[in-house]
This record gives sequence, C-alpha cells and structure tokens, in this order.
Amino acid sequence: MMETLFYVAAVIALLATALALTRSNAAHALIYLIVSLLAVAVLFFLMGAPFAAALEIVIYAGAIMVLFVFVIMMLNVGREGVEQEREWLSARNWVVPGVLAGLLLLELLLALRAAPAATSGVTVTPKEVGLTLFGPYVLAVEIASMLLLSGLVGAYHLGRRFIVRREKRR
Amino acid sequence: MGGLQIPMEHVLALAGLLFSCGLMGLMLRRNIIFMLMSLEVMLNAAALAFVAAGAKWGQADGQIIFLLILSVAAAEVAVGLGLVLQIQRRFRTLDMDQARRLRG
Repeated sequence: MMETLFYVAAVIALLATALALTRSNAAHALIYLIVSLLAVAVLFFLMGAPFAAALEIVIYAGAIMVLFVFVIMMLNVGREGVEQEREWLSARNWVVPGVLAGLLLLELLLALRAAPAATSGVTVTPKEVGLTLFGPYVLAVEIASMLLLSGLVGAYHLGRRFIVRREKRR
Repeated sequence: MGGLQIPMEHVLALAGLLFSCGLMGLMLRRNIIFMLMSLEVMLNAAALAFVAAGAKWGQADGQIIFLLILSVAAAEVAVGLGLVLQIQRRFRTLDMDQARRLRG
C-alpha cells in the first residue's frame, strides 16, 4: 500500500519536473514545478517527515514560487500581457497539472486514512525536530539567520535601484 | 529499528534523477528564469536525499539539514530574482548569452 503510494508520487515528481524544464512558457513551467514540489512533499509525508512536508508546501510551493510568479508578471505587463493572460486561461494549459495535483491529493487522503501504517516505520515528530534544532544545532540556526539577513540586504539593494530608476524615467 | 519500508536505493535513485533533471535544465536552457528554476529543482533533490537518510535511521538530523537547505533556497531566489530584474532592465532580454560583459 505504502510502497504503491510512494512510487506513484515518485513518478509524478519526475514527470512534472521534466515537463516543467521543457516548457517554453515560464508561467506554464511554474505550474508544473509547483506540482513537482507538492509530489516531493507527499514523498516526505510518506517517509515519516510530516514537518518537512508541511514546510515544503508552505515555503517552497507557497513563498518561493510566489516570488517567481511576481517576477514573471512584472516582466510582461502591458497589452501583450493581457493577451497572454487570456491565452493562459484556456483549458489545455491547466488540465494536466490539475490532474497530477488531484492524484497527489487522492494519495494524501489514502495515506491519512491508513494513518500510522501508511507512513514509514518511525515518524520523526516536529517536537523532536525542534528539540534537536535548538539543542545541538543552535549554531546552524544562527548561520541560517545570517544567511537570510544577507539575502534580504542583497535583494533590497538590487530591487531598490530598479525602483529608483523607474521613477526617474517618469 | 524503524527505518524506511521502501529500499533506500530507490529513494536515492529518485533524488539522483531529479538532480540530473535540474542539471540538464541548467545546462540546456539559456533563459535565466528557467536556470533559477533548475537550481530550485537541484536543491530540492538534495533535500529529498537528506530527509530520506534521516528517515532511514529515525533521526531528526535529516530534517534539520532540510531546514538549512530551505533557507539557502529562499536567500538564493531573493537575490537571483533581483538580478533578473536588473538584467531585464539593462539588456532588455532574459537570454544569459547576451549578458556576457561584467561591466556593461
């Protein structure tokens, strides 16, 4: 049971990744990439890492992909952007990712129904992760915070010049 | 001894395949947005291998490395997308082969 779910999710992950990286349209690729990340989240859940699965969906498929969406939308504004928007709403663009995502939802429901048995032998709970994170790995937390701060400063620096020049041109 | 119910080799093979998908995308595509997406796929494959290893021994360490990879990916994407905006403004294209000069 659990093996079948695992292999189906693995095939979906590979398929969605391959489709994502071969699209010519960035927005279509993004939809497939989100499906691929959802598949990896299901894999995490099946391997007994529910906390990692939740973070994969919230941060990867949520926050990081929204950044990509913002940038793609910023790069094609204007009349041709509206045309593109209309073309994206046609059904053939979202049927395949929708079906793949529906399959993943079905898998998750099946795994939840057979709750303790369907996941891997030992489930590493969020409590355990937190205790380890702020116990022996507290230095890693500090390093991650420094990294995020430098990323924030760098992104602000690059983006601020972009905004200032735009205003000057007007 | 809990561990994984599926063979470890299969999970590692999946992670390797995902990583090579990302690597192929990084080398073959010249659009910078697709190159950033390929980087995300590669980081994600590495995270999958870490979580699988953590699950095999029933330890939390794998998920902690996953958290670190997550913060690396977030920082990388923030800076990378800022660079995308700069490149688009300066070169009027997203083709990385056009942006060869360091001091434009």
